[in-house]
Amino acid sequence: MMYEPNEEATMKAAVRNDEAVIRRVQAGEKDAYGELVRAYMQPAYYSALALLGSHDEAMDCSQQAFIRAWQSIRKFEAGRSFFTWYYRILRNLCLNRLRDRATQARPFSTMVPLFDVVSTDDDPARDTDRALLRDRVRTALEELRPEEREIIVLRDFDGYSYAEIAALLEIPHGTVMSRLYYARKHLKDMLEERT
Amino acid sequence: MTAMERDRFRMLMMKALDGELAGSEHSEFENFLREKECQQEWHAFRKVKEATMDLKLSEPVPDVWDGYWKGVYNRTERGIAWVLVTLGAAVLFAWGAIEFVSELWTDSQVPLIVRIGIFTLAGGLFLLFFSVIRERWFASRHDKYKEVQR
Repeated sequence: MMYEPNEEATMKAAVRNDEAVIRRVQAGEKDAYGELVRAYMQPAYYSALALLGSHDEAMDCSQQAFIRAWQSIRKFEAGRSFFTWYYRILRNLCLNRLRDRATQARPFSTMVPLFDVVSTDDDPARDTDRALLRDRVRTALEELRPEEREIIVLRDFDGYSYAEIAALLEIPHGTVMSRLYYARKHLKDMLEERT
Repeated sequence: MTAMERDRFRMLMMKALDGELAGSEHSEFENFLREKECQQEWHAFRKVKEATMDLKLSEPVPDVWDGYWKGVYNRTERGIAWVLVTLGAAVLFAWGAIEFVSELWTDSQVPLIVRIGIFTLAGGLFLLFFSVIRERWFASRHDKYKEVQR
């Protein structure tokens, strides 16, 4: 059985050929950069949200990362994926923000809920059980470590393949699987503890 | 089951959950599932995966996207403005400080002890400023999270 992310809910960056646009940005055309930002703002925002767990901070960090990318765009090498390059900048900014936040003692649970429900079951009895489990999963996902939540979101919510995740996180293919395993195991253990 | 077999099973289980099993991996995974321990783990992971698939990241208000690019552009513009303001203020402050200290130093009406005190204070402040700038610069060069990877 295969589980594919709900198409409506997927926030994966579309595969685009940005070379021409990037050349225009490198030549100093700000409108061309606007085109790039508009193409990637949603996957950028949701990636930051998965790591930071806060809408305001995700908005702030994803915009900041676009500014940093713009400042370094002349160093961008042709033939690479813009989003993969951008994602590294974004990820570093988010990890930096999390590290700064650790000194401010801000509980994750006080923030706006990170996840919404996308589907319900037709069978009311089964739906109740599923809804209960779903609520527990939602809470547990919010309590996972940011890096664990990140890899689950990249795969299960955004729908990136293992190869794409490996490129985004700059890790080997096998590490993607082991990180996914441990993240999901942690999630499963948290759910079992609460049953 | 050996530790190596367990690792292999876990890897195949992730691939099975995510639809990434290829070729002979299907039958290899089926073979693992003959073991009760593997079956239990598989069912537990499937349940979690199913519940996860019922969720999505919550969306912000839709009009957020209309102003997103404008926000990036305005922040960049303001960033440049702040750099210019800071540089200008630093140049003016440095010039004022040098003028003030050199005038005091040459003013014979000000007692020598006061002149030495002010000169030392100015030197100390300059050293503190330089030290902070150097520390910040060093951190930005050597801290992996502060550094933007290219």
